[in-house]
Amino acid sequence: MAITLYDFELSGNCYKLRLLMSALKLRYDIVPVDFYPGRQHKADWFLRMNPFGQLPVLKDDDLILSDSGAILAYLARKYDEASLWFPDDPAVTAEILRWHSVADDITATSSAARLALGYGYDFDIAKTQKGAHRIFRLMDEHLWFGEREGRDWLCSPAHPTTADIACFPYVMLSEEGGVGREDYPALRRWTDRVRRIPGFVVMSGIFPAGRAL
Amino acid sequence: MSSIDPVTRDLWQVIAATDEITVGVVEATLLLDTRIALTRDSDGSPVVWLRRDEEQGDEIDPASVLDRLPAITGYGYIWTSLGNPPKELFPIPEYAESDRVNMSCGSIGIHVSAPRAVENFLDMGHFPYVHTDILGAEPHTEVKEYDVEVSEERDEVLATKCKFFQPRAALSAIDGMEVEYVYRVPHPFCAVLYKSSPEAPERRDVIAIFLQPMTEERCRAHLLQSMIDSTSTITDLRRFQQTIFGQDKPILENQFPKRLPLDPRSETPIRADKSAIAYRRWLSQKGITYGVIPVAS
Ligand SMILES: [Fe+2]
Repeated sequence: MAITLYDFELSGNCYKLRLLMSALKLRYDIVPVDFYPGRQHKADWFLRMNPFGQLPVLKDDDLILSDSGAILAYLARKYDEASLWFPDDPAVTAEILRWHSVADDITATSSAARLALGYGYDFDIAKTQKGAHRIFRLMDEHLWFGEREGRDWLCSPAHPTTADIACFPYVMLSEEGGVGREDYPALRRWTDRVRRIPGFVVMSGIFPAGRAL
Repeated sequence: MSSIDPVTRDLWQVIAATDEITVGVVEATLLLDTRIALTRDSDGSPVVWLRRDEEQGDEIDPASVLDRLPAITGYGYIWTSLGNPPKELFPIPEYAESDRVNMSCGSIGIHVSAPRAVENFLDMGHFPYVHTDILGAEPHTEVKEYDVEVSEERDEVLATKCKFFQPRAALSAIDGMEVEYVYRVPHPFCAVLYKSSPEAPERRDVIAIFLQPMTEERCRAHLLQSMIDSTSTITDLRRFQQTIFGQDKPILENQFPKRLPLDPRSETPIRADKSAIAYRRWLSQKGITYGVIPVAS
């Protein structure tokens, strides 16, 4: 087995895979992709792996995969012997996929606002910020009720799943898009719990739990 | 709308990486609260003007732009001015050395004033806490005594003999080493640092940050690396620098106030260390008011 991650350090979607592979203690190689300013994700060699021109791409021997949510599911199914990160149970699978889809909505809002303010992307900043706040409000409620029921994570199992990893990065990076999290205390407590998962690693812009930022 | 002091108005201001501007295609940006449009002509030379109804990505015949702002290229970037700029940009002679790898490392928007970003760039005290295990590591947290002067002749702030233990000083570094830094501030919104190159200890890698003041509380950081490194790719070198800058970004954006207070008594002595004090005084003496909170007179 040889895993290669085509990776951009400042991408939250790439970070999701680094995070899960660290929790699973998987060894992998990194091929850096110059997403910005080099726009290598639109280069021919990259488009041959992923015609959609998006990071991340993961190669496992001859298998080429794209889409961070799909790859999270693949890695968990294939390498998590305890079947905790992506359990087999049909109802839990549906729950997780539901939150993977929320994670894509967080990318379309919180991450888009960050790309607009930080990286010159031509997105409607006010609209993406408003969209992010709407999602954060719903997450905060879901997590607040969860805490009252003794549920610490986004899905019902008593341990984190790929849903938590998929939603985490662009919640944590939201301030770079001008989206503060002061009004979402349960959401903030959940980000602290994610940062205490064994094997947790940081990315640029995300600091360990227990720090001011 | 804030007022632009005359010193700031007459400076060259960085607005884009030359490579990122396509000939005949409009790029829009903001400089000193002013909407700017730019492109390059068929020779590749920059054409910059006050933006009217042009949109980002529009095609345009550069020759049709008659009312132009001053424009110059330097260090891989396009610079303009809203006033009467000097004939030349400040010098970085190393950039012309033929065996160096020169590269832009991206232009990244940050929600803080340009002078705050310069001051952060000069500060070594944050290395172990923000760039943990790369540019610093506990217990090596002490900033040792170093020299600071304002060079009259070159009109720049100069900090020398800055020594710091770094676990991974550069991509080409194999082990931790004590690195010697020199910092120059040759422009109120630009800083250049020199650090011993792991590959050629007698020479120095050059890393510069050029800040584009967009408003008094927002800027874009344009990063330059001019390295002695015969093995790494541009992608690898950019990644290293972006990793560092990505760590600084949330720290910078959480600074308050977002404009830089020039009164030395306005912040704790830890933040305002020796080079920061010299930089603030230099800005004060120049009469810079944009992006700062001037000393009450
Ligand atoms: Fe830093």
